Amino acid sequence: MAATGAIDSGGRPGASGWDSLRRFWRRRPGLRALVLLSPALIILLVMMVAPLLLTVALSFATQNGFQIDRTPTLANYAMLFSPEGNLYRILIVKSLWVSFTATVAVVVLAYPMAYYLAFRVHRRKLLWIILITVPFWTSYLLRVFAWKVILGFNGAINSGLIWTGVIDKPLEFLLYNPTAVTITLAHAWAAYAILPIYVSLEKIDRSLLEAATDLGDGPLRRFLRITLPLSLPGTIAATLLVFIPTVGDYLTPSLVGGTSGIMVGNSIATLYGKANNGPMGAALSIAMMLAITLVVCAFLVLIGPKRLRRQAG
Amino acid sequence: MHSKAISRLLTAFALAYLAFLYIPVLLLPLFSFNDNIYITFPLKGFTLKWYEAMVAAQPLIDSLVASVQVGFAVSVVSTVIGMLAAMGLTRYQFPGKGLITSTIMLPLVIPYIILGISLLSLARQVLDIDLSLWTIVAAHVLVCVPLSMLVLIARMEGFDKSLEEASLDLGEGAWRTFWRVTFPLAVPGIVSSFLLCFSTSFDEFVLAFFLSGNQPTLPIYMYSLLRFPAKVAGALALASCILMGSIILIVFAEWYRRRGIQSQQEGLI
Repeated sequence: MAATGAIDSGGRPGASGWDSLRRFWRRRPGLRALVLLSPALIILLVMMVAPLLLTVALSFATQNGFQIDRTPTLANYAMLFSPEGNLYRILIVKSLWVSFTATVAVVVLAYPMAYYLAFRVHRRKLLWIILITVPFWTSYLLRVFAWKVILGFNGAINSGLIWTGVIDKPLEFLLYNPTAVTITLAHAWAAYAILPIYVSLEKIDRSLLEAATDLGDGPLRRFLRITLPLSLPGTIAATLLVFIPTVGDYLTPSLVGGTSGIMVGNSIATLYGKANNGPMGAALSIAMMLAITLVVCAFLVLIGPKRLRRQAG
Repeated sequence: MHSKAISRLLTAFALAYLAFLYIPVLLLPLFSFNDNIYITFPLKGFTLKWYEAMVAAQPLIDSLVASVQVGFAVSVVSTVIGMLAAMGLTRYQFPGKGLITSTIMLPLVIPYIILGISLLSLARQVLDIDLSLWTIVAAHVLVCVPLSMLVLIARMEGFDKSLEEASLDLGEGAWRTFWRVTFPLAVPGIVSSFLLCFSTSFDEFVLAFFLSGNQPTLPIYMYSLLRFPAKVAGALALASCILMGSIILIVFAEWYRRRGIQSQQEGLI
């Protein structure tokens, strides 16, 4: 529709040519849809597909001082599997583990919240939804900063506890370790989990719940047999939405992780920056993506058949 | 189990959860008025000196201006592209529609660090362009187009397609139908898309971190402050201001968008 106008404002062909062009245009809705979608698709192609392929290609190259040798080689990957690559392997596993624990924490905390929102809030639903989404849209950097303020050596918790006389020396285990990273991630990604779970709970046909009650199920059995299985799609979506991006998180580990809380994202950034070894960084990125894909597939296989059986039964 | 007891427990949990979401963030403004270079309890006294220092800092003002410029460019470009794509997806039926929709959403699920390094390679090694605010704009457009589409598809699916058909049947051209029917109906979606894109770009760190030249955006500047303990207290005033600004923006955007959805459901449009 808008594109017709674009032709209008461009060079106008002769009257008869113009009419036949218009007829051609009118008869092909698929073409019109394609024209409307093309800017988005071009951006996707040029700025996502091409760069990702570039990173894959780079992972097979080698860095020679300031030059990149583009002769294809598996050296970077071989390095990842060699004894010297041990550091990187540990880092990937650690990142997966930290993300996994954070994801579990997020989903376990988000589920009751989403349940409350879907089944217990009747009148001020919009207000609740806005309250939950607002922190999600505020700066990620600031949310991480907030935890640095809370958990720091002289931070809110330590100074608060000293002030009230509960402890007399600051607790050192709060900041700069993997637990701090987990807590911060669990806080920062909360809304990502609440919303999909809430949507799938909201979709549940209430008459199913009434039927279960009428047929003699108590609240717990009803929850386990109806509500939980029917909300699994949202819960699975929430799990993936939190797990996938957090594995490669850069900001949280670099601000609250310290040396022991470093994750694979930091290492990739260092390889591209200070270490000046883009090809190795690319290989590590690909390895991280593969590791994430592997874990996600394993998770889906683990949960998939069970879910299908439950929903069929 | 008594369902009343469960109900109370759930309410208590929900309130505790909200506290967990908000208290950490609200500590930032609290300490920003505290007269102490260290962020510690007990609070020492009320001061505005951090805010005075903030207003006087030229690099900060520069980075704020840079962020606003980037955010504005990103939201205009993303919303226009998102609007066109949303129209293509909601007004026409064609094969492969589902596939195209999910492909366009991909930038939202790929870790930003991967997008960041890949775009860096594209800019430096293939296109050989210098990093500047424009490279940040380009990267942000990539992640904001899907966001804009999500908002606008929801809006465009919500209103009655026959209004446009009526306009075309009554002899209006496609161009005038767009401006007189489609666009006015889509305005709430366009406004919230604009605001969401702006705040996403304004707050985004990782992509900007990889793609910025010598002109930092606000999050990059902020991050440089946070790495030095002596400067952390000074960053609090700035953090509080950003926080207030984005909360106001987002509450407005959400309220505006959801009000639009509600009035649609009630048949008022």
